Amino acid sequence: MAASSPTLRLEGVRKSFGPVVAVRDGRLVVDPGSIHALVGENGAGKSTLVKIVAGMYRRDAGELALAGEPVDFRSTAQSRAAGVAVIYQEPTLFGDLTVAENIYLGREPLRPGRRIDRAAMRREAARIFERLGVALDPDRRAEGLSIADQQIVEIAKAISIDARLLVMDEPTAALSGVEVDRLFAVARALRDGGCAVVFISHRFDEVFALCDTVTVMRDGAWVSTDPVDAVGVDELVARMVGRDVEAMYPHPGSAPGEAALEVDGLTRTGVFHDVSFEVRSGEIVGLAGLVGAGRSEIARAVFGVDRYDAGSVRVGGRRLRPGDPRAAVAAGLALVPEDRRSQGLVTSSSVARNVTSVVRQRLARFGLLPPGREDEVAGRWATRLEVRTSALDMPAATMSGGNQQKVVLAKWLATEPRVLVVDEPTRGIDVGTKAEVHRLLAELAASGLAVLVISSELHEVLGLADRVLVVCEGRITARLDRSEATAERVMHAATHRVPA
Amino acid sequence: MSAQAATTPGRTSRTSRTLRGALRRREAAIALVLVLVVVGTALVQPSFLLSGGGWRDLLLTPAILAVLAVGQAMVVFTRNIDLSVGSVLGFTAYVTGSLFVAVPGIPVVAVTLAAVAVGALLGLVNGALVAFARVPSLVITLGTLYVYRGLVLTWAGSDRIDAGEMPRSFLALGTRQVLTVPVLTIVAAVVLAVAAYYMTTSRSGRQLYAIGSDPEAADVAGLPVRRRVLTVFVVSGALAGLAGVMFAARYGSVSSAAGTGLELQVVGAVVVGGVAIFGGSGTVAGAAIGAMLLVTINRALPVVGIPDFWQRAVVGVLILGAIILDRVLAVRRSRRLAETREAESSGAGADDVEHRGSA
Repeated sequence: MAASSPTLRLEGVRKSFGPVVAVRDGRLVVDPGSIHALVGENGAGKSTLVKIVAGMYRRDAGELALAGEPVDFRSTAQSRAAGVAVIYQEPTLFGDLTVAENIYLGREPLRPGRRIDRAAMRREAARIFERLGVALDPDRRAEGLSIADQQIVEIAKAISIDARLLVMDEPTAALSGVEVDRLFAVARALRDGGCAVVFISHRFDEVFALCDTVTVMRDGAWVSTDPVDAVGVDELVARMVGRDVEAMYPHPGSAPGEAALEVDGLTRTGVFHDVSFEVRSGEIVGLAGLVGAGRSEIARAVFGVDRYDAGSVRVGGRRLRPGDPRAAVAAGLALVPEDRRSQGLVTSSSVARNVTSVVRQRLARFGLLPPGREDEVAGRWATRLEVRTSALDMPAATMSGGNQQKVVLAKWLATEPRVLVVDEPTRGIDVGTKAEVHRLLAELAASGLAVLVISSELHEVLGLADRVLVVCEGRITARLDRSEATAERVMHAATHRVPA
Repeated sequence: MSAQAATTPGRTSRTSRTLRGALRRREAAIALVLVLVVVGTALVQPSFLLSGGGWRDLLLTPAILAVLAVGQAMVVFTRNIDLSVGSVLGFTAYVTGSLFVAVPGIPVVAVTLAAVAVGALLGLVNGALVAFARVPSLVITLGTLYVYRGLVLTWAGSDRIDAGEMPRSFLALGTRQVLTVPVLTIVAAVVLAVAAYYMTTSRSGRQLYAIGSDPEAADVAGLPVRRRVLTVFVVSGALAGLAGVMFAARYGSVSSAAGTGLELQVVGAVVVGGVAIFGGSGTVAGAAIGAMLLVTINRALPVVGIPDFWQRAVVGVLILGAIILDRVLAVRRSRRLAETREAESSGAGADDVEHRGSA
């Protein structure tokens, strides 16, 4: 380690949210003049660690030191004053303010009388943009800037506070090649000026091109830190995933029947391209990939929520009308969306009403709902899925995440679908209920349903699915059978490196 | 990517940019409508503008609403709303009258300060509830609207304080003019000038826009959101307190019903004045001009001979029109931005050129 103290030192950092431990043992040591990569699976705790450094979260335990000095940030304003600049996955600019105002918000240069010196502010902003080699008008409103330009504004902000530590959380996810090059040039220039840079990315080619050191995290804990020349992609991937997968997943292994869902050449310009696959009845197919790879978008298009530009979707051999979710439901398709609170449940309504919300038309006689019919149907499914609730007329909001998820499942199963698409079925659910949801999905498949599971949790996909399709940047980059699907191969394909 | 392009626009086009900006601004548009209304009405009945009384009323009648609108605008910038201002005005107007009754010979300045302080206190209650209880301000201030009004009703009952019970020097303020400009109008103008100066030149003023523009980003950026929100409610309450004093001076009698329903006029004025109801943009000057326009139209319509029903409808149409205009402008703007971006991404790396074009 260098003689001078590192710019950032995190040691044994711990952070939990209620019963969920997000970071168990966070460790990160970044030297000045270095670009340090932080890699790990989704949910490994990288973003939580970043937010601790930024002062958005307070750690429960552990050490945090900047340039050798212990610090304890209570707000993002404090961390910024200490020279920490963070660029989040989603840039957070104020659309109604100008670019220059965004850069200097709360720190505007002042004239006598504590008046904002607009001319100086504009001049300084222009000077920074000049240094970065970009032509942005400081007087332009921030609304409508491209993601790349928004990041440039965030970087300008970092430069304006003379940041000694710049953290970039997946900055390249939404950038084009040219824009990535521009970002990298800026990061290198900052490094050469003595700034310490932390770079979070899922793209290994970028990590190897830009960074000098790499730290791996897994399950909220530090795994390793090495110079990038000392490790290969394979080693990194192995360290990121390395865990026992099999145990949690019972697999009945039924023989699949005929194709229930056929997707052919599905394309939505700029989102996904030429996506083709089929799901047979009695089979679970996993759709793996990184967040933002386009998996949910594919599911939404298949279901008809979003339109698509080319390709076709067939359920049970019949072609679905694009952009018509009602037709999809009628044909026997069911989609359990990713965000159950906002898309799957009416949390203020009762359990019974939620379960029957899709089938209410069918239950009605002459446009009226016969009394008791709703409870009868809801009761049947609640029993079958073992929804734990004291009464079916309780509002869904009062239930645990796992039980809410079961209610959403029940709602769609009540439509008696042929094909069930579930997006992130166990997000935010405790481990016990997770296993239950897994068992349920396996049972449903065994009973002849065709199931498509989208999940960011690698071991969930690997444990559940008979076949795994890997999506990377809107394309299917690998199709693996259960026997050949290993964490390493999926991770390779998901990060655009198809193994030899 | 030429470095020069980034620096030139600041220098060459500053004057033309300021000029263009001024013309495009909402304030200018509303001011123009105001002038048209005044001139149009004066053509039908010249005394509306050209007589001494007409001139005085033109300036005097909007004064109270303008003061309230300035405070309301600052609240709305932060994506909040203060519906209690009418009740606060009623409360403080009654405080004003009661002080004159209870303490004979009390200086007008002392009464004014007391009323402003009471208003600020009521605003503080609003602000504290909104900032700390995290309940939407619409609900909180709808509640305090009734609570504050209830307090005045309980306190005043059916009593009213009449002109005879207040000192003549105080009541004179309600009608006196300095160089033909009514004193109350001068008060409103000073309030507006101070608020406008604060909003454009202070750091905290700019933060109000930021908070309303994106509350989540404001949290991430570490802005003191609670303190700012608390402050704008205190300011709105204090200005409503000042408006209460102005009300007592102007009308010479105060009942427990003073200022009832005024809150909707204030919100209307703010919206007509180009302040986005979802926060983040607009100016206090726009809100004040909006107040003047609403009041003036209300006075002009009967002069021009428009029946009562239509008088109300016109005000409604004005508010709806302002909101629709906002939406249309916002939609057009975002569509143009999206098109610009499409063009950028298709012409590889040509983003710099496009920005120039759209600016």
